[in-house]
Amino acid sequence: MSVKQIPILNAGEAELSRISQEGLLSLNLDEMQAIQGYFAKLERNPTDVELETIAQTWSEHCVHKTFKSLIEYAEKGQEIEIVDGMFKTYIQRATEEIGAEWCVSVFTDNAGIIEFDDEYNIVFKVETHNHPSAIEPYGGAGTGIGGVIRDSLGTGLGAKPILNTDVFCFGLPDLSYDELPKGALHPKRIFKGVVSGVRDYGNRMGIPTANGAILFDPRYTGNPLVYCGNVGLIPKNRCEKSVEPGDLIVAVGGRTGRDGIHGATFSSLELDDTSESLGSVVQIGNPIMEKKIVDALMGARDRQLYRNITDCGAGGFSSAVGEMGQETGAEVHLENISLKYTALDPWEIWLSEAQERMVIAVPPENLDELMTICEAESVEATVLGTFTDTHRLRVFYCGEVVADLDMDFLHDGLPRHTKKAIWDPPQHPEPQFGQGNSTQFTEDLCRILASPNVASKEWVIRQYDHEVQGGLVLKPLVGRENDGPGDACITTPVLGSRKGVIVSNGINPKYGDIDPYHSAAAAIDEALRNIIAVGGNLEQTALLDNFSWGNPDKPDRLGGLVRSARACYDIAVAYGTPFISGKDSLYNEYRDTTTGEQLAIPPTLLISAVCVMPDVSKAVSMDVKSPGNRIYVVGKTYAELGGSHYYAIHGFIGNSAPKVRPAEGRRTMEVLSFAIDQGLVRSCHDCSEGGIGVAAAEMAFAGGLGMQLSLTDLPRDPDVTTDDVLLFSESNSRFIVEVAPEKQEAFERCMAGIYSEMVGLSPQVRQAFEKGTAGVPIGCIGTVVESGDFIVNGTDGSAIVETTIAQLKESWQGTFRW
Amino acid sequence: MKPKVLILRTAGTNCDYETDHAFQLVGGETSLVHVNQLIAGEVRLMDYQIMAIPGGFSYGDDVAAGILLANEMRYKLADSLAAYVESGRLMIGICNGFQVLVRAGLLPRLDAQGVQQTTLAMNTSAKFECRWIHLETQESNCIFTRGLKPRVYLPVAHAEGRFTAPFAVLNQIEANGQVVFRYAPTNGGTPEYPDNPNGSDRHIAGICDPTGRIFGMMPHPERFLTRLNHPRWTRESLPEDGDGLAIFQNAVDYVSELS
Repeated sequence: MSVKQIPILNAGEAELSRISQEGLLSLNLDEMQAIQGYFAKLERNPTDVELETIAQTWSEHCVHKTFKSLIEYAEKGQEIEIVDGMFKTYIQRATEEIGAEWCVSVFTDNAGIIEFDDEYNIVFKVETHNHPSAIEPYGGAGTGIGGVIRDSLGTGLGAKPILNTDVFCFGLPDLSYDELPKGALHPKRIFKGVVSGVRDYGNRMGIPTANGAILFDPRYTGNPLVYCGNVGLIPKNRCEKSVEPGDLIVAVGGRTGRDGIHGATFSSLELDDTSESLGSVVQIGNPIMEKKIVDALMGARDRQLYRNITDCGAGGFSSAVGEMGQETGAEVHLENISLKYTALDPWEIWLSEAQERMVIAVPPENLDELMTICEAESVEATVLGTFTDTHRLRVFYCGEVVADLDMDFLHDGLPRHTKKAIWDPPQHPEPQFGQGNSTQFTEDLCRILASPNVASKEWVIRQYDHEVQGGLVLKPLVGRENDGPGDACITTPVLGSRKGVIVSNGINPKYGDIDPYHSAAAAIDEALRNIIAVGGNLEQTALLDNFSWGNPDKPDRLGGLVRSARACYDIAVAYGTPFISGKDSLYNEYRDTTTGEQLAIPPTLLISAVCVMPDVSKAVSMDVKSPGNRIYVVGKTYAELGGSHYYAIHGFIGNSAPKVRPAEGRRTMEVLSFAIDQGLVRSCHDCSEGGIGVAAAEMAFAGGLGMQLSLTDLPRDPDVTTDDVLLFSESNSRFIVEVAPEKQEAFERCMAGIYSEMVGLSPQVRQAFEKGTAGVPIGCIGTVVESGDFIVNGTDGSAIVETTIAQLKESWQGTFRW
Repeated sequence: MKPKVLILRTAGTNCDYETDHAFQLVGGETSLVHVNQLIAGEVRLMDYQIMAIPGGFSYGDDVAAGILLANEMRYKLADSLAAYVESGRLMIGICNGFQVLVRAGLLPRLDAQGVQQTTLAMNTSAKFECRWIHLETQESNCIFTRGLKPRVYLPVAHAEGRFTAPFAVLNQIEANGQVVFRYAPTNGGTPEYPDNPNGSDRHIAGICDPTGRIFGMMPHPERFLTRLNHPRWTRESLPEDGDGLAIFQNAVDYVSELS
């Protein structure tokens, strides 16, 4: 329990690097030298508390250095281009240019805020908890969801958490143990541990987990990805926060222990077989504590007892107090902090990432009432110190000054990085297939349905309570037997109101093996397709970007990241859907110390979308409803099998990744959204992994009805010449739609852009209708049939797929019947 | 005057909002009350006519589901609870609330001793599961299910929902007409898993005390209040009210009739 001086004043370059490395500080030489310079002016060495505080504040995790850095980007054989900060240039600029007036708060608070109804706004945040989940799946995932819930709770003056979404990427669940890199946990163990962690935390908190995805790729084996998201509901007049000098710094919730120390800096290290010995970096979760904090703070919020709130996430009190007091100054007395056990060094108390702690700024006159509320909910609250007007962060321990830093240096002293990025497009072998025959396409379809990315995740979904809070109107599993794959979930957070929130996601790292630009574009398109498919709209849909990447200090990894961020700008602006929040997790690499091989994850961008739906009773689900109804394909199919599941099952990647054609895509989504709003559509499903073949099969077996289809009238690009492309190409901006015979004419006229009932149409789409440019390519490809037969005729009229929905469903459900 | 409904909360209660909404929809005047307020005497049980213990994970379900809250009721609220029950008022426990009532000895209450006679054990599937199931309404004197249709559809969401008891107890609650709901098959026959989602003895999903005024069930009626809660409302034509609403309506009507 003592404070050490760290001798950096006279340290040379090698010594500075050693201090950073041995202290798990993740600071590079430039940064260490900036710190050295600061303390040289003060003519003293830093204390361990000070050095740790700076390392945490400057960590990639907390300050996103890579997204702020100056990048020299070059495509192979091209001139160098300067990217002056990816965040500013691509993400933030997209939101500014779109200028949606329903965006209440973007990028500044712990989560993004958009308008909901007259009384409430919606907050949304998605985070990753990758490194902890690699070492300790249950605890890592549980505290991942716990952490993102606190982001909602720490937004504005606190939002009520109303929905969780979780997306996981794992190694292959049937990996042979011989192939497991040294020190890595088996993917199946990680999978089960992560699901249990999310289940136990989310269910105990009473938050429905109703949306998600699970992907598999061998490259996630050593470094799985765990994305956790939370949507919250916040009163409109509780969205702004402030700090006044004199406000008390109050910690609410759990006690502080030695768990989760160095989490912020640990996340900037690559993993290897020694990482698991860093057990203290993983936090320990207690969902009931967090539930109590929510209950106590919602009461205190409604009585306006505090002015500011933030969560203790990465970096613990250091981060929370440092950020809240950035504009004022703060004085903290560490001995006031309630500990789980004694014998913590001051820097450990200050940096601990012990879970379930929130920090609030309380005007002194409100303290008694706050304490009464906390006591009534059996929640501990402690006064740590005071916000000041000194612009300094001063930390005391039993009367001794253990840290005294300028807020300005702490928050603005970080030297800006310049990084190099290179993009050298890979060339993959291109397969040469014949046209195939009926048995082969039938088998291919079943194999794609059974592949782990596509297969039913019911085993996971049913372990999450998706009905709690009583507002879910479109479930994750839909259809005749409640087991078909819904495109997005819809919830009504204000019971009794029909206003809803749609949440969806888009992610497809396979295309990133060809070009991360197309992968990112497709992820946005997919997230939006899912929103549109259930009856949402583009007019009030916001996006979140969550990048998980390899080591950005390696120019090839960073080159892909630049392309991905660039696509985010291009496509978000084209669709008019702003980013409101996001996060990046870099350094996702695993070093196999036996082989020396460096395994980087596939570049993975998760796009999450949230849409406000005016009337949820207009929602549609993806299961077909009645025999005799007609099946349409909306949107054009291109020869884009690169990165497809069809190629994957035959051992190829190819080079023709699906592109987003934003003008076409936007028009398709707007007009289809209008058709659904007008009640012209009985069911709708987005075409993604596995193309039209998989989407149609899923609609059929979810509805318990067969289909008789023909590829003849499928809208296509002239380059498309073969049936396998029509069936399995994963071109973007396409949907399959079921229309009742009596609505057929109206539907066709609407999609052709000549529909006369234009009530409820946004001005922009109305204009397109009026100009006659609203037409969207559609094709009627068949009929829903009573029998369970699923038949697809190829362009030459012969049956190329002949099977039953029972067989298709069995393929789809068999993989994860655990 | 509107019947007054006390919705009991404690650490880990999490279905309080929708249970509160359900009682409000049917005309109850609701209060969310923390068990600490009852223990401290700040709120009096006797000021209410209906007491609801909602679902959730009270105290994390540590030790066993519902047992810590049950013990608080048993040891810290014994007198006021006894007085409340004796006065003929209503009590409903849903999911975790049912677990609490069973562990507090308030259900099935075959004698007035308050001894626990049944339990809700780990599901036979050995995991938490959320799914919609059919229930067959039994002939019983339960106030909450008077006039309820013979078959209702509701979601379950629990890990510890397997109703089990010694044969003699099962026989007696059946003979007394205390079995209120049984899990029912989707397509005829006996309700095997997942129709009986947890492996409950004799497919029992809900029971009442001999008076019919204390009632507990594992499924969640507060999660099916309107057509739009139903998992297949996009494909089936359904009445506007959900199957769960009548259970709350019956409670409120009963109190209104008495006063």
